[in-house]
Amino acid sequence: MTKNINLTINGQHLTVPEDTTIVDAARQIGIEIPTLCHLKDTNEIGVCRVCVVEVKGARNLIPSCITKVTEGMEVMTNSPKAREAREMVMNLILATHPKDCLTCDRNGDCELRTLADKMGIKKVDFGAPVKDLPLDDSNPSIIRDQSKCILCRRCVSVCNEVQKVSAISMINRGIGTTVGTAFDRGLADSPCVFCGQCVNVCPTGALTERYNLREVWDALNDPEKHVVIQTAPAIRVSLGEELGEEPGTIVTKKMVSALRKVGFDKVFDTDFTADLTIMEEGHEFLQRLTENGKLPLLTSCSPGWVNYIETFYPEFLDNVSSCKSPQQMFGAVIKTYYAEKFNIDPATIYTVSAMPCTAKKYEANRPEMNSSGYQDVDAVLTTRELGLLIKEAGIDWKNLEDSQFDEPFGEGTGAGVIFGSSGGVMEAALRTLSEVVTGKELDNLDFKAVRGLEGIKEAELTLGEHKLKVAVANGLGNAQKIMEGLKTKELDYHFVEIMACPGGCIGGGGQPRLSSPETRQKRMEAIYKADLGLPRRKSHENPAVQELYKEFLKKPLGEKSHHLLHTSYTPQDI
Amino acid sequence: MQIYRGHVLICAGTGCVASGSKKVQAEMANQLEAFNLENDIKIVETGCHGFCEMGPIVIVYPEGIFYCQVKMEDVKEIVEEHLLKGRPVKRLLFRDQMTEEMVPHYRDIDFYKKQNRIVLGNCGFINPENIKEYIARDGYEALAKALTQMTPEQVIDEVKASGLRGRGGGGFPTGLKWQFARDAKGDKKYVICNADEGDPGAFMDRSVLEGDPHALIEGMAIAAYAIGSDEGYIYVRAEYPLAIKRLQIAIAQAHELGLLGKDIFGSGFNFKLNIKEGAGAFVCGEETALIASIEGRRGEPRVRPPFPANKGLWGKPSNVNNVETFANVPRIIAKGSQWYAGMGTEKSKGTKVFALTGKVKNTGLAEVTMGLTLREIIFEIGGGIIDDKKFKAVQIGGPSGGCIPEQLLDLPIDYDSLISAGAMMGSGGLVVMDEDTCMVELARFFLNFTQMESCGKCTPCREGTKIMLDILERITKGEGKEGDIELLESLAKTIKSTSLCGLGQTAPNPVLATLRYFRDEYEAHIKEKRCPAGVCTALASYSILEDKCIGCTACARVCPVNAISGEVKKPHKIDPAKCIKCGACAQACKFNAIVKK
Amino acid sequence: MAIKTAEDLKKIKEVALDEATARINDGTQIMVGMGTCGIAAGARDVMTAIMEEVGKRNLKIAITWTGCIGMCEKEVLVDVLRPGEKRITYGNVTPQIVPRIITEHVINGNIVEEYVVGKLD
Repeated sequence: MTKNINLTINGQHLTVPEDTTIVDAARQIGIEIPTLCHLKDTNEIGVCRVCVVEVKGARNLIPSCITKVTEGMEVMTNSPKAREAREMVMNLILATHPKDCLTCDRNGDCELRTLADKMGIKKVDFGAPVKDLPLDDSNPSIIRDQSKCILCRRCVSVCNEVQKVSAISMINRGIGTTVGTAFDRGLADSPCVFCGQCVNVCPTGALTERYNLREVWDALNDPEKHVVIQTAPAIRVSLGEELGEEPGTIVTKKMVSALRKVGFDKVFDTDFTADLTIMEEGHEFLQRLTENGKLPLLTSCSPGWVNYIETFYPEFLDNVSSCKSPQQMFGAVIKTYYAEKFNIDPATIYTVSAMPCTAKKYEANRPEMNSSGYQDVDAVLTTRELGLLIKEAGIDWKNLEDSQFDEPFGEGTGAGVIFGSSGGVMEAALRTLSEVVTGKELDNLDFKAVRGLEGIKEAELTLGEHKLKVAVANGLGNAQKIMEGLKTKELDYHFVEIMACPGGCIGGGGQPRLSSPETRQKRMEAIYKADLGLPRRKSHENPAVQELYKEFLKKPLGEKSHHLLHTSYTPQDI
Repeated sequence: MQIYRGHVLICAGTGCVASGSKKVQAEMANQLEAFNLENDIKIVETGCHGFCEMGPIVIVYPEGIFYCQVKMEDVKEIVEEHLLKGRPVKRLLFRDQMTEEMVPHYRDIDFYKKQNRIVLGNCGFINPENIKEYIARDGYEALAKALTQMTPEQVIDEVKASGLRGRGGGGFPTGLKWQFARDAKGDKKYVICNADEGDPGAFMDRSVLEGDPHALIEGMAIAAYAIGSDEGYIYVRAEYPLAIKRLQIAIAQAHELGLLGKDIFGSGFNFKLNIKEGAGAFVCGEETALIASIEGRRGEPRVRPPFPANKGLWGKPSNVNNVETFANVPRIIAKGSQWYAGMGTEKSKGTKVFALTGKVKNTGLAEVTMGLTLREIIFEIGGGIIDDKKFKAVQIGGPSGGCIPEQLLDLPIDYDSLISAGAMMGSGGLVVMDEDTCMVELARFFLNFTQMESCGKCTPCREGTKIMLDILERITKGEGKEGDIELLESLAKTIKSTSLCGLGQTAPNPVLATLRYFRDEYEAHIKEKRCPAGVCTALASYSILEDKCIGCTACARVCPVNAISGEVKKPHKIDPAKCIKCGACAQACKFNAIVKK
Repeated sequence: MAIKTAEDLKKIKEVALDEATARINDGTQIMVGMGTCGIAAGARDVMTAIMEEVGKRNLKIAITWTGCIGMCEKEVLVDVLRPGEKRITYGNVTPQIVPRIITEHVINGNIVEEYVVGKLD
């Protein structure tokens, strides 16, 4: 039973449940106390001190973001002492922060700048020199500009506590404190898996994805280039947020119109290759199951997860499905089947993918992803970059009409859509596997046991004569739990879906910033709504997939599939 | 059993070892053998006496004759004259700085006379590597009493009644702290000793660790019994190798006698003690940072609450006290809280060990009853200021403390009086400064220290102390601006009230205290570009006194920038525009004709 | 041996105290004149006898020695000082009379008058 606590804030009496923080209590009576480092559930360490308030009887000012209310507490958020201190602290943060806001990647959505504005900072005192630290642009996914870092530690908390990758941590002391990797090398030489969760929580321009917008514009403006874009399942429920819509708004059709206006020659749906992945991976699973292959089968759609297992559990690489991710399959199909079918020189095709992910940039750059003779995917844009692209193109998002994806890869099934949420790949696979194995149509397509934002989900089911135990994990911290369990043999499964990011792709590192549990929940609900709204909800029923097999691939796991749609993995150094 | 008629105590503390006590000891063994006295006289290797500047120290019992600065060559004389013939060697006796008289007996030396050695009582008197010597001094009787005659609650009540407060700096009532840890729910609890002594110049904890390690072990065992813990950690700086070695020996000996381990004194109480070596970061003296460091994480404090009493080491209820605090405990339990509470002031009971350093004649460790005045410590125990210069101020509490000026010298020392004077007890550092000290430079020195030792976690301490330091550096370079003092004050105020831990909350103290008592010195630097103490090089100016200069040209020849000109045998001149204030001319002048202002 | 009771601790303390009597004692002092004259008169043997006797009887007293204090003709000189009492100087002491001085005076407080050569406050 929760107790109620009585307190006053700025003289106003209120009653809140115990364990409420001062910030949350104040919010209930319409008082906003500035916070900066604080990130609910992830970074509750009270280090930036911009949220300090005066509490009667306390010797010092109190960090309101992490201090719980107590009975009879008298809080003054705007006493001269509290206001002056907050202003001074904010000034201290800004003192050494670069002032090139106009050209900063975060111009427009910088939390620091917004806060400085809200706090009425008009002048930065002290005359201290701004930070000038080397830029880490060692990798295709994430750029770290330590000069812009305000040491809030959100990224460190996410990397260490949520993802358990621990690629970055605090190094040095005092004024020399920075966020760094071991031996302070670039992320490329660290265990970083490029999941981008750090980028998603960074309040300033210190962590951004490597922008590929310029290359995409160049390709669009090149008359020789046939520019094709594929859009991932999870961005249709989140792109709206970048363009001013509520979380969970489904914007698929508006997005297609916008991209066509931007100038893409074809706008395709990654759902199509999600369905294709199910055909390949489903059959791979059946093969392993019936031919005594290595089990459990671990999914391979999430490039952050693939980087993770290559780095931390290379002894399990034989368990990872050899299927390329839907993004890479798409690229390979475009540059072979599509080029052939429409008689386009594959050398002139430029494939762009819009992904909720920063690790996809790394994946697209993998040297082995070129089985068509060309790099499968030429450029990857995050959801945030896609929003920027649409804004840069001057498109009036609000009044945009609906339109459909282009043929022949415009149709995805509901099974493809749910790839965007944790458990979706597993559910899509089960929908197909059940019918392939039993030959009977399913009455109920919903495998609800594997849905939801919970970190690890397990289910037991029968597939023909086989009793199966499956698991779904999202967030690498949970992946670690599964892998440790498999290592010690305390856990035993047939099939495991793992997504690197919390909630799956809806919580991807390339998604609109500060994906909270609430926004993830709304995006997830939208994903399943989209699934229900589609005429076909099973991958094997996708007519375009069927046609692809008929005309080109012949059969799942066939020779062409093997060549174009499958890959292999290499252990990585930590 | 062999009885020796005499004991020769040779200090093997870090200070005396550094000045050669190991050689003295070896020679002593040789000479005793040479004079056939090895069965009459026993050599006892002891811990620190606290009077390190007089080391190596040798004390001969039963008379208690105190020899200081003993060299290897002196040993033969001590053996032949004193140990054989019974005639103390006068030339090696301590000579009183004031009266120039020889003081043969340990107990009569001024440095010790005003002291009240409770915590340091065994230091320098017993062999710390022999548990029996501790037992001979009533060692482990307090533990026996606690375990066999008292309930944990009674132990806590006794410590509460004694009025003992944390000796690490904060001064929190020890008994109350134990009560919190006892009341905390948990199947496993820890007792932790903070032996991460980090104040510059402080070494009281090291002396106890090296000189009387069993007092700490016994104190921790009693604390563990009181709070319901069965395991303890001693977090000691790796820079204290001798302390670590002595602790290891002491723990092993206590184990062997069953004073640590299972079922101690047949009471069912178990206690295991571990040593954890720390890398000596100043901030690790903060208890949550210390705990993080023991756990193998970056040594950084975290926001409290939750306090370690509820959520400490590995998330378990933990009680952290410092060495001196624990070392008081066996004495309190053995002699009773009334005895202890009978010493000191109303709110600060017992004694405090101070590390007396700086421009004072006698430097070393002084344990005094609370309430003694600073004047007594500095002028009676410390013997006054070197070269009889004028006393200017004393810095108390290390980099977190503040300075106390002459007008407050009669302040009785206790936790609260020091706070109200703008200083703090801290761990007990006392740095005495004479008239030649620049107070702005002093503030800069201490702020530089805390700034370097800041963990970098919270904004005010990380960024704010750096900006304050930059301002102070500017002022000492003669580049101070109007408004700098006010800016320092407002930064100090914010840093104190918003920093996450004690390090940041106290970091501005040296600046605030010097501003409080020596504001005129700041103003002289800023407005007149003058350093009243003549310390700040950038503000110094050299000139030649015409009436003293004979024109020998010595100064002109050493000047590296040719700033001095003049004809031979005629007074010279310094060109202030060229002078880089290196002082070489003043050193070269044999006629005191060059003055620094 | 492991300590299991307060009594066990006490036993160890007893032995430890004996070993430390030069430093930790009841305040009683026996002082032997060990100047050249004293040594010539046999002070070393007297000293040995005193130490044996004190050891045998487990006394917690300090044995010290001093240089020539005059009265060389009366060597060996031995002083006994009990806390709060007069310092008694015995002259012409031999190892043979040491046990009497110890038992009668040091332990029981009865001065062995026949050998006394001086009393000092």
